[in-house]
Amino acid sequence: MNTEMMFFGALAGMAMISAIGVVAFRDAIRSALCLVVNFFTLAFLYFTLNAELLGITQIVVYTGAIMVLFLFVIMLLKVSGPGSLQEKPEIKWFLGGLCGLGLFGAIASQIMFPFLKSENAPPVEGWGSPMNIGKALFTQYAWPFEMASILLLIGIVGSILLAKRRI
Amino acid sequence: MEGSNLLLPGYLSVGLFMFIVGVVGVIVRRNPIVIFMCIELMLNAVNLTFLTFARFRPSPALHDVADPQIYMSGQMMVVFVMAVAAAEVAVGLGIIMAIFRLRQNVDVDEMNLLRG
Amino acid sequence: MGNVFEWLASQPEWFRALVRVILIVVPILTLVPGLIWYERRLLSWMQDRIGPNRTGTITLKSGKKIRTFGLLQPIADGVKLFFKEDITPTAIDGFIYFIAPAVALFPAFALGLTLPWGPLDGPLRLFQPVADVNFGVLYIMAISSLGVYGVVLAGYSSNNKYSLMGGLRASAQLISYELAMGMAVASIVLATGSLKMTDMVAAQMEPLWGFVTVFQNWNLLNPLGFLVAIIFAICIVAETNRAPFDLPEAENELIAGYHTEYSSMKFAVFFMGEYAAMFVFSGIFAALFLGGYNMLPLREEVLGGATGFYHTLNYWGAPLWFLGKCAFGVTVFIWLRATLPRLRYDQLMNLGWRSLLPMAVANFMLVAFWIVATASYGALVGWVCFLGGWAIVAGAYFALTAGKRKTSAAFQTRTVQMVSVAPRIVHEEAEVAAK
Repeated sequence: MNTEMMFFGALAGMAMISAIGVVAFRDAIRSALCLVVNFFTLAFLYFTLNAELLGITQIVVYTGAIMVLFLFVIMLLKVSGPGSLQEKPEIKWFLGGLCGLGLFGAIASQIMFPFLKSENAPPVEGWGSPMNIGKALFTQYAWPFEMASILLLIGIVGSILLAKRRI
Repeated sequence: MEGSNLLLPGYLSVGLFMFIVGVVGVIVRRNPIVIFMCIELMLNAVNLTFLTFARFRPSPALHDVADPQIYMSGQMMVVFVMAVAAAEVAVGLGIIMAIFRLRQNVDVDEMNLLRG
Repeated sequence: MGNVFEWLASQPEWFRALVRVILIVVPILTLVPGLIWYERRLLSWMQDRIGPNRTGTITLKSGKKIRTFGLLQPIADGVKLFFKEDITPTAIDGFIYFIAPAVALFPAFALGLTLPWGPLDGPLRLFQPVADVNFGVLYIMAISSLGVYGVVLAGYSSNNKYSLMGGLRASAQLISYELAMGMAVASIVLATGSLKMTDMVAAQMEPLWGFVTVFQNWNLLNPLGFLVAIIFAICIVAETNRAPFDLPEAENELIAGYHTEYSSMKFAVFFMGEYAAMFVFSGIFAALFLGGYNMLPLREEVLGGATGFYHTLNYWGAPLWFLGKCAFGVTVFIWLRATLPRLRYDQLMNLGWRSLLPMAVANFMLVAFWIVATASYGALVGWVCFLGGWAIVAGAYFALTAGKRKTSAAFQTRTVQMVSVAPRIVHEEAEVAAK
C-alpha cells in the first residue's frame, strides 16, 4: 500500500458513496448536493491521473455551472409548486439495486482480470498541461472543436426558445 | 510497484460503479431532475474511464515516445463530452421547466401525452 | 531577520507550505474585524455621520480620555454574536441548514491561496502564492463559482420564501456575472500567454505598451486591459453580493435575503465570508490589473541613480504594497456602497448579459487581433489596430441601436419573468386563504 493507492482509495470511496447518494435520497436537492460532491471528487481523481487542466475544467463546468443550474431549477420548482418533487420508496428501488449489482458483477468480471497482470505506462511529462491540451485542441482537433461550438450555440438558442413564453 | 498495477482496475471499477448507479437511477426514479442528474453521472463515469485509459494505456505502439501531443485523444474526448453535457443540460432543464409550466407536475410516470 | 528566512528555506517542503498557508489564512481572518470597523467608519464619514467611535475609549483617573476611534467595536460585536441565543427555526432542512455557512466561508479562503504577496526570488519568495499552479486563473474561476453554493443552500434550507427568493436571485446573478468575468479575464490570459498568477504579475513588469521603457505595463494602464479591468471590477462586486448588486439580501424586499433565518455565530460566519471574499477579490484584482506586489508602475532597470534605493523599497516592502492595493480595493467596495443605489433585477440582468458580456467578448477578439498585428508589424501598428477595432465595434453598435434604444424598456420587462413567479404564488395562496 503506497500513498498513491491510499489517496485513490479515499477519493474512490467518496465518489462511490456520493454516487449512491444521488440515487438514494428522496429529496431532489440532496441528490444534487451528492452529485456536487461526486463531481468535486472526480476532479481530484482527474488530478491524480495527471489530467490537471481537465480536473479544474470539471470544477468550472460541472460544479460551477451545471450543478448551479440544477439547483436553480430545483429551487424554482419548489417556489412554484411545493411538494411536486417528493417520491416514496417502492419495491422497484430494491429490484433496481439488485439488477444494478448483477450488472456490475457481470461487467466487472469480464473486464477487470485482463488488466490485473499487465504493466502500466509511465506518466508522460506535460500530458495534462493547458499548453499541450490547447495545442491539440486547436490543431489536430480543430474541426470537432468547431462542431462542439456550433452544438453549444444550438443549445443556447434552444434553451432560450424553451424558456421564453413569447419570442 | 505492485500497488500501481491495481490502480487501473481501481479507476475502472469506480467508473463502472458510477455508470451502473446512474443506470439504476434512470430506471428507478420518477423525478425528471434526478433522472437527469443520473445521466450526468453516467457521462462522468465515461469521462473517468476515458482518462484512465488515456493515462495508463496510451497507444501501445507508441509506448515510449515522450511527446505528449500523440497521447491527447482521451483528453480531447473528455473535453467534447463536457461540451455536449453542457448543451444537453441547458436544453433538458428548459424542457423540464416547459413541461412544469404546462402541467404543474413533473412526475415522469404521468407524462403520457404521446401514448397512442 | 535574514536568519529566519534561511532557516525556513532549509525546512522540508510541506513545512514551508504550511507556513505559507498560515501566512495567507491568518491575515485574512484577523483582517475581517478590521475591515468591518473600516467599512462602518468610512461609510459614516461618507454619509456625514459619526459612526462607531466609542468602544475602546479609556477614561483615566485624571479625567483624560484615550480614544481609539472605536477600534474595539468589531471585537465587541464578535463577543455579542458569540453569546447571542442561536435560534434554529423548526421547519428547516436540518443538515443543509448547518453546512451552508461553512460552505459560504470556504471559497474566500481557498481563493486566498493564489494571491502573490511577494516576488519569486530572494528571501521574500516565502510570500509567493501557496497554490501557484499552472492553471491559476482557472482555479480562481472554479473556486469563485463555488461561492454561490453557500447562498443557495442557506436560501433553500431556511424554509422561508424570502430566503428562497434570495437564493434564487443569487444563483441567477452569479451564473450571469461568472460568464462576463471569465470572458474578461480570458483577454488578459490571451495577452499574457499564461494562466499562472505569478506569470501575470511578471508580464505586468514589462515596458508600458511595449515601448515606454520607464513605466511598467500594468493591465489597468494599457488599452487592452482597461476595459477588462472595469468589467472585472463590476463582476467581483456582483460575485461578492455587495451593493449595488446586493439583491440576494435586499433588505427592503427580502428582509435579509438568504440569511434571514440565521442568527448568532452562523450569521457571523456568513458575514465573515462576505468580508473575506471582498478582501481576496481585491487582491486578485490587484494581481491581475494593478501590477501585483510592485509599489509604483516604474521599472527599476531604467531609473538611473535611484535604481538601488527604489529596488530596496520595492523589494522589501512587496507584501505591504500588495496589502495596500487590497486596502484600496476594499475602499472602492465601500465607496460604491455609499454612492450607488441598488439595481433592479432586470437592470442587473441587462447589465450582465447585454453590456458586460458582449464587451468582454469583443475585447477578447480584438486582443487576438492585436497579438497578430503586434507580432507582424510591431507595437505601434498593434495598438492602432486594437483601438481602431474598438472604434469600429462601438460605431457599429451605435449605428445598429440608434433607433431602438428608447423602445427597449418594453423588452426589458420580459426578461425577468422566469424568476418573478413568487408574487403569483403568494397571490394564489392569499386567494385560497380568503376562501
